[in-house]
Amino acid sequence: MTDISIVATPALANGPLFGLPLEELWFALVFAVFGTFLFLDGFDFGVGALFATRTTDGEREQLLASIGPFWDGNEVWLVVFGGMLFAVFPSVYATLFSRHYLLMFAILGALIIRGLAPEMYEQRHDEDWQRWWGRAFIVGSIVSPFFLGVFVGNWLFGVEGVASIASLLAGLAVVALTIVDGAAFLGLKTRGDVRLETRSLGHLAQVVYLLLAVATLVVGSRSSPHVELLSVPTLGLLGLTVLLAGVHVVAGWAGRYYLAFAAVAGQVYGLVALAATLLFPLIDPATGLTVADAIVSPLSLNIMTIGSSILLPLIATYFIVLYSSFSGPVEEGESYT
Amino acid sequence: MIDPVIASRLQFAVTTIVHIIFPVMSMGLAPFLIYFTWKEIRTGAQVYEQLRTFWTKIFAISFVVGTVTGIVLEFEFGTNFAAFATAAGELFGGPLALEGMMAFMLEATFLGIFVFGRDRVSDRLYMLSSVLVGLGTWLSAVWILVANSWMQTPRGYEVATESGQPIISLVDPIAAYANPRFPWMYVHMQNAAVLSVALFLTGVAAYFVWTNRDTEFWRTTMKVGLAVLLVTAPFQAIHGDAYGRHVADTQPQKFAAMEAQYETDSGAGLKLIAIPTSLSDITDPHADDLFVIEIPFVASLLASGGDPGATITGLDDIDAESPPVAIVFWAFRAMVGLGTWFILLAFWGGYRWYQGTLFDDDLLAKAFMGSSVLGIFTVELGWIVTEVGRQPWVIQGVMKTHAGVSSSLSGSEALATLVGFVGVYTALLVLYWYVVIRLIRTEAPTRSPTPKRETNVPEEVVPSDD
Repeated sequence: MTDISIVATPALANGPLFGLPLEELWFALVFAVFGTFLFLDGFDFGVGALFATRTTDGEREQLLASIGPFWDGNEVWLVVFGGMLFAVFPSVYATLFSRHYLLMFAILGALIIRGLAPEMYEQRHDEDWQRWWGRAFIVGSIVSPFFLGVFVGNWLFGVEGVASIASLLAGLAVVALTIVDGAAFLGLKTRGDVRLETRSLGHLAQVVYLLLAVATLVVGSRSSPHVELLSVPTLGLLGLTVLLAGVHVVAGWAGRYYLAFAAVAGQVYGLVALAATLLFPLIDPATGLTVADAIVSPLSLNIMTIGSSILLPLIATYFIVLYSSFSGPVEEGESYT
Repeated sequence: MIDPVIASRLQFAVTTIVHIIFPVMSMGLAPFLIYFTWKEIRTGAQVYEQLRTFWTKIFAISFVVGTVTGIVLEFEFGTNFAAFATAAGELFGGPLALEGMMAFMLEATFLGIFVFGRDRVSDRLYMLSSVLVGLGTWLSAVWILVANSWMQTPRGYEVATESGQPIISLVDPIAAYANPRFPWMYVHMQNAAVLSVALFLTGVAAYFVWTNRDTEFWRTTMKVGLAVLLVTAPFQAIHGDAYGRHVADTQPQKFAAMEAQYETDSGAGLKLIAIPTSLSDITDPHADDLFVIEIPFVASLLASGGDPGATITGLDDIDAESPPVAIVFWAFRAMVGLGTWFILLAFWGGYRWYQGTLFDDDLLAKAFMGSSVLGIFTVELGWIVTEVGRQPWVIQGVMKTHAGVSSSLSGSEALATLVGFVGVYTALLVLYWYVVIRLIRTEAPTRSPTPKRETNVPEEVVPSDD
């Protein structure tokens, strides 16, 4: 066993694998993973928020069934994000999470309620029970993305206290984005009234999201010098977001739901890319820590790189198998359990 | 205000003690579910379909609660143990990230197919899903225990100081991750999980047998559970004995605490009972005025694997603070005691099975019922021995637990979340228990109780809702 390490370790410890720019790649990857979480679990949150607008049993069951097989896998992207941040930027993981101590537990509490509520909802079919767990599901689905958005806002704008105006706006913007996401997803998974009504709500949320996103950036840029509003990447990504928002709405009207959903995905990744570009080369503006300061030594980084290059394509396969096994609209009478 | 160090330690204790219940359920159920699925597909027998459907429901709720409580643990390293996370992230974060990618993703995605997809996918893909979910749960334990065992027997690292903070860097990944403790822990834990679930299965089945509401469903559950118990219970003892010797070699102060051994002694006796004679002795690790009943030479025998005269290093001669001896000592004794009971129970059940009277012994049924959750309780005791026994170290010999706590954390913040967790997790446990009991009552096939067992009443299977 030590024989292998004597041979392998020096080669991996000397510098980045194949001379790749691993610091930058990992910075991008960590954000891409967060974006994937926000896109995938985002539609679970959005469906949860839209659950509030459905009043009949059948429609509520339909909404729960639409995310049933997927949400757990979607949420694991958050676990992977946490693990990657811990493994590759441990000091960022530690200072960021401990600085926003209460906020982190607010996120965890909201996620517990959100995850548990649909399971509980299905356990009993009496009215009171389902009313309360239905409410818990709605609240958890709105509060989770709100706190996650505040967390990203605090991170990006280098907020030291509990929150700032800009990070609260970021929270609201993320809630709006998840509703857009959830409505677009329901466009694929439902038919009839549910589809049409949630589509209208999604379009409304789309407008709200654009306004909130711009407001967040304008307010945030006033207190944080690294948030450059009038720069090519910022304006470019904002322009792209507006364009994709247009595509989302028009495609929805035209009944091209896959295209609409893809346009939402583009906006989620666009938002995360915007946060990453505004940060770089910093990774934690509150402490002034840069990506280069925070990254682990080459040996650990190389091991993580090899591991991730093998595992991430495999994970993509799992998701393809899962989503194609449950493709198409939720069938009549299909329920959460 | 409460010390943030104490609050963080208590909070981590509460959140892990609650969390581990759910992975034990899912890791332990996984092999049973694979077996039921395989039998269902191979034989087409209704009973296996019922078994698979029903126990998958228990698995699914356990998995969901395990997911939400597991994310908490991952985040707590950053929120409450930032100094530890910063210092050891390079070694400790990697396994967590790999766990997420290699194991958790596999479980969570194929669980979707396994729980929701019986009618949507082919038999082949369905069978594969059950295996991949099981593989995922077991791989999850690999990475979590790689991380944990590294803290018990750290290898392959270097410590440097960067701006006043210790930074532990990885120098030999194979030495670090294939560290000496890992295989011991993994085998002990996985076998414990299967053993615990086997006890749960037989316990619940025994209840239906005892109340004369048993069907082929419950009889099969009981037989399968008992068969697994007959293998896992004795194995756990044999393996645990060897594991104890390994602990004596690698973490002598933990072994000394397990045995309440203060003075270095050759031919040390195994203490059956060590009762504190004053109140302060309960928490004082160096209490020596204990009332002791011991079996001569046995502790030396256990530690060395056969030499009654072998020397056991006492806590007084270990140049570090001791763990809280009373907790470790009693948790260890309770664990071993319960483990012995499980072996007796397995043999008792096995003998009745051999006689053909497995379903007729009321006392045995009661014993199984009473033991249904004792397996999980014993897992908790084992983890208390492991984790309390390595205190005051968070990384054995490298970093003390109090030094790992976030420096920015205030007592009031830590207290707020501690109180919150005690409340939320109590509610969570109550809900989980309620749901499991409800599922057992309403979803499993049972029949109306018949007054007399001797009359050969044909089984009236009451179909479950779906």
